[in-house]
Amino acid sequence: MSQAAGKDHAALAEKFNKDEERVNWHDRTLWWIRQKRDKAAWSLGEEWEPLREEASKIKAHTLSNLSEYLTEFEKNAQANGITVHWAADAKEHNQIVNSILTEHKIQQIVKSKSMLTEECHLNEYLKHQGIDVIDTDLGERIVQLADETPSHIVLPCIHWKKEEIGELFHRHLGSPEGVIDPAFLTNTARVHLREKFLTRRIAITGVNFAIAETGEFVVCTNEGNADMGAHLADVHIACMGIEKLIPKRKHLGVFLRLLARSATGQPITTYSSHFKKPKEGKQLHIILVDNGRSTQLGREDFRNSLKCIRCGACFNTCPVYRRSGGHSYHNAIAGPIGSILAPNLDMRQNKDLPFASTLCGSCSNVCPVKINIHEQLYQWRQVLTEEGHQPAAKTVAMRAMATTLSNPGLFKVAGKAGRWAMKLMPFMVSNQFNPWFKEREMPEPPKESFTEWYQKNRKKK
Amino acid sequence: MSSRNAILAAVKRNQPAALPLPEKEYTSARKGDIEKFSATLEGIGGKAYMLKEGEDVLAVISTIFPEARRVVSVDESMEIHYLKEHLTIVHHSLQDVDVAIINAQFGVAENGAIWVTEDDLKIRVLPFICEHLVAILDVNTIVPTMHEAYNRIGSAEYGFGVFIAGPSKTADIEQSLVLGAHGPKSMTVLIKSL
Ligand code: SF4
Repeated sequence: MSQAAGKDHAALAEKFNKDEERVNWHDRTLWWIRQKRDKAAWSLGEEWEPLREEASKIKAHTLSNLSEYLTEFEKNAQANGITVHWAADAKEHNQIVNSILTEHKIQQIVKSKSMLTEECHLNEYLKHQGIDVIDTDLGERIVQLADETPSHIVLPCIHWKKEEIGELFHRHLGSPEGVIDPAFLTNTARVHLREKFLTRRIAITGVNFAIAETGEFVVCTNEGNADMGAHLADVHIACMGIEKLIPKRKHLGVFLRLLARSATGQPITTYSSHFKKPKEGKQLHIILVDNGRSTQLGREDFRNSLKCIRCGACFNTCPVYRRSGGHSYHNAIAGPIGSILAPNLDMRQNKDLPFASTLCGSCSNVCPVKINIHEQLYQWRQVLTEEGHQPAAKTVAMRAMATTLSNPGLFKVAGKAGRWAMKLMPFMVSNQFNPWFKEREMPEPPKESFTEWYQKNRKKK
Repeated sequence: MSSRNAILAAVKRNQPAALPLPEKEYTSARKGDIEKFSATLEGIGGKAYMLKEGEDVLAVISTIFPEARRVVSVDESMEIHYLKEHLTIVHHSLQDVDVAIINAQFGVAENGAIWVTEDDLKIRVLPFICEHLVAILDVNTIVPTMHEAYNRIGSAEYGFGVFIAGPSKTADIEQSLVLGAHGPKSMTVLIKSL
């Protein structure tokens, strides 16, 4: 986003890492959520893995028939009385929203969480048109009051401390100074936002799943903000990327079992709302947005990224995300999956993101739709390097590393040399030219390598 | 319209050769476990209450919410609480409802959710705008998982339908769980066994 324009992940992560205690806290909080996810997944026992497999296959099938499903969805939604719009890119999406607002002479709206509208920078655009947008998800409202963007797709203000939120609410919402109790602050926001729900006549929501068979769509929240907004408004505008489609209503059984368990470790979100027809006398619009998705569909290596159901599990488990923070990704969707999606939109601007990963594979292991996230990150590196986009600092070291890793003989020698170098010249390894070891304490070099130890001990036997 | 055709053409051009749809059928007639349903609901901040034989629903509600001033239901059998004017009332005026009583179509044991549609609610915003939500559920309708849930829904017609699992909640402030973000601060499911 704006605060990050022109920066790269490493530089922004470095900034985030200035406050070590805060980084540790951020890291711990996200890991705790990852553990809750594990418990929720294990609670399904033997069912979990087949469920992921099925979800992944349903999505693969849908993507391979996407144009047919889109047409089917459009037809059924229209029969339900929903107005269907198509937007080729972010600009067109924003213009469609604006034209609906203009038609109704509306200048104030409420919006529930939609990462798509973040991707399209809708808030910024509407602000320029003189429209007042209120984000109603608590976390999103917090970052909005602070003039920031969400740092996580499910937990928008995961980087904020309650003391800071107390201070923010004191300044903007008039809560008493020094009050930091989460229940009190939540209630302050509830009162503030209830007034907005009761007075705004147009509500925007995102979409979690759209069903081709029935022309309905499902929105999942815990707070109930999407429902409060949509049901009290005269006009409901739902914005979705074209990859949100699934073939049949019964497939929701598969996806709703996976989504909340993967996201926060809940068995299901509090509300899973199925919107099929507009309320009597009211309007329901849906905007189908491409914005690079059809291009990604054509990139065989990256096509699978379109299976994403935006659960955020890959963020919570990622050692790089947890210690660099969402804003270091300078993209609406941060984390491992954002690092695959972003270069598709703008290769040059986002060339650093596929490198913001250790390729440990933890993301792929938790992904409920089995996206091969770490492999795609690796593949992006190849593409970017081929096209001359790789980040400069990593080039030399990375090339040396790739050669070493792909050559077992050289690996042995390099290991020996490395241990020797670390002992005699630690400054050579931990200097600023070595991007991997920056800001890190180097481990004590082992006296002998595993290979040496193994050979010695095997001979002994 | 031009964007529509351009998008569809690009998608068609770029989509891979058709891949099969896994046709897994979930037609089990297993019954959902009431213990599991209640425990899960309590686990997500809701309350489960087993109605005893002959126990009066309205009496139970007034014991749970002795202070409630405005209690509404769109079910005629709810007597004094019946919202006669539900067809004409301005929905925003429900903002001071203390307790809303709704009838659930069925419950799901694995996640403690109940399913309701616009036909049950009459007013879509009703279960969201109230301070406290009470749902009445027949024990025989509990299904084990979401697969059976969608089997049961089948191709039912509705304008709006929703799974509700516990009270409205948020953990956006340092992951501290707070009940009653925008919607009800509590959800009680009264379970009828007869
Ligand atoms: S890539 Fe997978 S794990 Fe990451 S947000 Fe998407 S669905 Fe969740």
